[in-house]
Amino acid sequence: MTALAINGLSKFYDNGNQALCDVSLDIPEGSFYALLGPNGAGKSTLINILADTVRASSGAIMLFGHDMLTERSWCKRRIGVVPQEVAFDPFFTPREVLAFTSGMFGCRPDFDWIDALLARLELIDHAKKNTRQLSGGMRRRLLVAQALVHRPKLVILDEPTAGVDVELRRRLWDFMRELNAAGTTILLTTHYLDEAEELCDHVAIIDRGKLLTARPMQEMMREIASSYLWLNYDKPVELSADVVEKLVDFEPRLSDEGVCLKLGRQQNGSTFHRAYQAAVASFGAPLDAGVRREDLEDVFLRLTGKPEHHHMVDEGNNASD
Amino acid sequence: MRPINADESINIIGAWTLFTREVRRFLKVKMQTIVTPALTAMLYLVIFRYAMGTRQVPGMAVDYFSFLVPGLAMMAMLQNAFANTSSSIIMGKVMGMHIYLLMAPLSAIEVVVAFLAAAVVRALVVAVVFLAVLSPFVDLHLLHPEVILLYGLCGSIIMGGLGLIGGIWARDFDHVAMVSNFVILPLTFLSGVFYSVKQLPPLWQQINHANPFFYLIDGFRYGFLGTGDTDPYASMLVVIATALITTLVCWQLWRTGWRMKE
Repeated sequence: MTALAINGLSKFYDNGNQALCDVSLDIPEGSFYALLGPNGAGKSTLINILADTVRASSGAIMLFGHDMLTERSWCKRRIGVVPQEVAFDPFFTPREVLAFTSGMFGCRPDFDWIDALLARLELIDHAKKNTRQLSGGMRRRLLVAQALVHRPKLVILDEPTAGVDVELRRRLWDFMRELNAAGTTILLTTHYLDEAEELCDHVAIIDRGKLLTARPMQEMMREIASSYLWLNYDKPVELSADVVEKLVDFEPRLSDEGVCLKLGRQQNGSTFHRAYQAAVASFGAPLDAGVRREDLEDVFLRLTGKPEHHHMVDEGNNASD
Repeated sequence: MRPINADESINIIGAWTLFTREVRRFLKVKMQTIVTPALTAMLYLVIFRYAMGTRQVPGMAVDYFSFLVPGLAMMAMLQNAFANTSSSIIMGKVMGMHIYLLMAPLSAIEVVVAFLAAAVVRALVVAVVFLAVLSPFVDLHLLHPEVILLYGLCGSIIMGGLGLIGGIWARDFDHVAMVSNFVILPLTFLSGVFYSVKQLPPLWQQINHANPFFYLIDGFRYGFLGTGDTDPYASMLVVIATALITTLVCWQLWRTGWRMKE
């Protein structure tokens, strides 16, 4: 069954900016879905529309077969959103915040569940502090607890690990995997593409408000990602017009890995052999060489047209490894 | 909106939770929200008590002190009802907490009723504290409790509603302060809390009659003193209608998401 069916979703802001352009996306029930895109691609707009903090200009959204526009209350009770911005009512403690959120979603506060969440997110020792006294990482975890307190069927995480240290991030992902295994559908945006590749079974990439691709992660890596041969030389290597002509089948390029020759999607012995021979014929024997398969980040950068090996910088986040 | 099942068509728990959250919010800072307004009203009272002595209010068979008490109580109620809703909404908007309210499965009417009910509770608490502290020093008569209750309730709803509208309209704290200081404060001060309109020159009397707060204060005071500048039962209809209209405007604004959703 489809958990979330987005059809022809567009959003124009009042200032004329088009944040989303006719985006259609199906998120299968029980999937762990990565929504990727460069900054300003429209990810947050899409999530904010789902959270009902931004109104869509046009398009339809169905949640488990229910129309988000006409059956808003039904749908909202089944969605939990971890927003990007961290903000809490400064008057209350984490336990109170969770009890209030639970109530707002129409559930009587279940303190066993609230304490279980606080324990799971390592907040139980801080349950009675004022939210102002919590550290940045704790607040972010409280945001996650807040999104889960009404036991939603679809959890939406908008950059949940920005500014969270490696160890904590790993534990957060373990928790998300557990939830997903228990049947919760998860939609995630993140700039940590290695994590997305590892965690998610589906991936969609949007750029400038348009959906570029949406497919199962395995299919994406099998059909879109290709392998390449890299050769490292101890002397500077130049791709002269002559050399490019000779290596044209392998789309040669230079990167910080050295000379890179594309082997195609299906790695196959003879292609590798031909590429290696051609490289040796042009540049001589390499110092080191190897075959690498494009990872999600390579595919992402290639599809969104960002320069190769330009690592994405998370705004305001220096806590990455 | 088509209800999916009876259980989910109205989010009673949600509205109740929002209401209790709004009440607990002001209780957490009770020095500021309850003690201070009561104290301010007391100070006015002390000052005017000594400035005016035991003078009678012209045209009324009451002394100035008894005249002042209900007016000050009502003024405190009105200002606090406004402050409760406006501060909550603008704080949420400025700090980014308003998104939790938007994300919750609460209909516009549930949100508005919860906010207004909390504003009414704050107004009532402030008035009760003020009157309770004062009771040993002044002979309080509740001549028409039903009038007191109705005016108190409608006044708080109107002001809570205006606070909600102001909060929704405002983009920062300054905007709310602007409404509060340039609209609400002059209207309450010039509504006959400190004087009977009969003391005023004819032109100012007319201007006073155009001030909606005048009817609220005057009607509320009638409930205590049994005398006033207007017929409280005639004004009652106007006051009830104003409370209803304010509520409807709030509901409509919240429904459209004006200045709350992009």
